[in-house]
Amino acid sequence: MTKIELPSYLEQTEDVKDRFQRLKARPVILEIDGLHKDFESRQGHVTALKNINFEVHRREFVCVIGPSGCGKSTLIRILAGLENKTSGKVLLDGKDVSEPGPDRGMVFQGYTLFPWLTVKRNVMFGLEARGQGKFSSEEEARQWIDLVGLSKFEDSYPHQLSGGMKQRVAIARALANQPRILLMDEPFGALDAQTRAKMQSYLMGIWQNIDITILFITHDLDEAIYLADRILVLKAHPGEVQEVIEVPVPQPRSPDQMLSPEFLATKKRLEDLIHPPEEEVSDDHMNLVRMVPVTDDVSSVF
Amino acid sequence: MSMAISQLFSVRRELKPKTRLLVMIFSFLLPLLVWSLVSYVPFIWHPKMEVTNPGSVEYFTKGMLVDRDVFESELQNTVKQGKPQPEGIRANPVYLPAPHQVAIAFYTAFTTEPKLRSEKWLHESLWDSIQVIFWGFLISSLVGVPLGILCGTYDFFSKLFEPFVEFFRYLPAPAFGALAVAILGIYSAPKIAIIFIGTFFQQVLIVSNTTRKLDPSLLEAALTLGAKRTTLLFRVVVPGIITNLYKDLRVLLGWAWTYLIVAELIGASSGITWFITQQARYKNFDNVYAAIMMIGILGLSIDIILAWLGRRLFPWEREMAKS
Ligand SMILES: Nc1ncnc2c1ncn2[C@@H]1O[C@H](COP(=O)(O)OP(=O)(O)OP(=O)(O)O)[C@@H](O)[C@H]1O
Ligand SMILES: [Mg+2]
Repeated sequence: MTKIELPSYLEQTEDVKDRFQRLKARPVILEIDGLHKDFESRQGHVTALKNINFEVHRREFVCVIGPSGCGKSTLIRILAGLENKTSGKVLLDGKDVSEPGPDRGMVFQGYTLFPWLTVKRNVMFGLEARGQGKFSSEEEARQWIDLVGLSKFEDSYPHQLSGGMKQRVAIARALANQPRILLMDEPFGALDAQTRAKMQSYLMGIWQNIDITILFITHDLDEAIYLADRILVLKAHPGEVQEVIEVPVPQPRSPDQMLSPEFLATKKRLEDLIHPPEEEVSDDHMNLVRMVPVTDDVSSVF
Repeated sequence: MSMAISQLFSVRRELKPKTRLLVMIFSFLLPLLVWSLVSYVPFIWHPKMEVTNPGSVEYFTKGMLVDRDVFESELQNTVKQGKPQPEGIRANPVYLPAPHQVAIAFYTAFTTEPKLRSEKWLHESLWDSIQVIFWGFLISSLVGVPLGILCGTYDFFSKLFEPFVEFFRYLPAPAFGALAVAILGIYSAPKIAIIFIGTFFQQVLIVSNTTRKLDPSLLEAALTLGAKRTTLLFRVVVPGIITNLYKDLRVLLGWAWTYLIVAELIGASSGITWFITQQARYKNFDNVYAAIMMIGILGLSIDIILAWLGRRLFPWEREMAKS
């Protein structure tokens, strides 16, 4: 087998380099400065996040990736204001974030549509909660539902929708508030591969067409590379920033690029970061006791 | 054949609509069948003899019920002594009337005048009972449901109220009968109070528990959408639990009926369960069964109506339960 020679993930074409220069010249919308998070529980003390420093620029698409338990959800929940930070600063447009607010939309991994409201009423929820009249809320909600292509289902209840449709409504519901930033915690994690791919293109489309900054958590490497301008790689115990990767794949993206050298190079790098090759924990192997005797008919799978 | 059986007994699968209806009808037919067999087929039970002709036995009278072995030995006696023999037919004890007797009583209970002037007609008793249940349950719910929701939503209220409620619910409601009469007089008020005491404390705990079971991620979603405290309570917590709350109330209403019997024995006796006690005293067991069934039918009808209403009120619930 011949090994494919991949370029370095750090190599960027002129276009890509240019784009990152322009991106970094944009105003900073979210600033995370020396963020710490400790959990005190009966089992003891867990440092979930340690000294996180990061800036997100306007209309940037940032993915956060890292092994399970590294504190991705904790990070995004702090940004959303659903969790208190132990120390450090989180600034949105220069203002300190300490509680939930409609300036940060959130899409969760689980389905969190209100089951007692129709699709339309779900999307209207944020608008009405903020005191907007019913009539104009309804008008606006319709447009957002149209944006995610679910006009036919505006009077359906969530239980009548498929998983992908539910997450589209959840996105519309978050966007209807016109937040400054959209926080997404593994929103497509529960979807099958095909639906997931479709949802990714939907999201790309939305991101390109409206003024929104997106912070997106995933544990799927392809998803991260396909969607992100930059990828924030965390490591576990304690959750620290391991590297911030500028994705060298040119924008706008298409699924064809998933086999391009720069895509694969980035993927290789992420794999090395997240599953370091040497670190094979010894007590974590399968116990290959023969539970079922192998007959002589087919003695080997090779 | 085995196909049909495996269809009837497949684990957690719904039956076909037609089969289901049949089985449900059968659920009532089966006890009725057993009852009829015991009542009409003499050799199954019938431990007594109804005397049709006393013969020479002095203490026998026509229509009297005696144990079979007593009848037998008296019969032997008369045979030995060569006197006229008593005659009789096998019968069930008086406390087990046959279905047709109860069916007749079901009708006549409404048409027979009360024995004493101070006693009430059956329909009046029934109506009294319904009112007692209604007011007891309504007052309990008006206080208990909001309190339960508050306890389930805010830890402060939970810690403030729940320990005491937890304590109080172990105090048996009937024990407050005399007290209720002393405080509230002898008419409906103390009866309503008993229903209230029996329902309220359970209600607070059950409702607060149901409230706590609301998926917290719905609350978080609402928070990130800009919902503030009151919005959260009235537009997420309340609608989020309403279907389960409704089910809780249906169950609690069933329990309220069981406190009725105690409630109606205190103060000025009245109501359907008093009617039952009274009729049992007169040994009108057919009336007793008829009245017990009336309560059953009433309770079941109310529950069916409430279930139907629930499906109307909460359209999102129907298919959710299925899927
Ligand atoms: N409420 C809590 N109390 C105590 N420890 C917590 C709490 N929430 C999270 N943790 C701990 O903090 C660490 C980070 O958890 P977090 O859920 O943020 O990880 P994650 O990266 O989102 O994982 P996953 O990929 O599995 O979703 C874990 O070790 C977890 O056990
Ligand atoms: Mg997580």
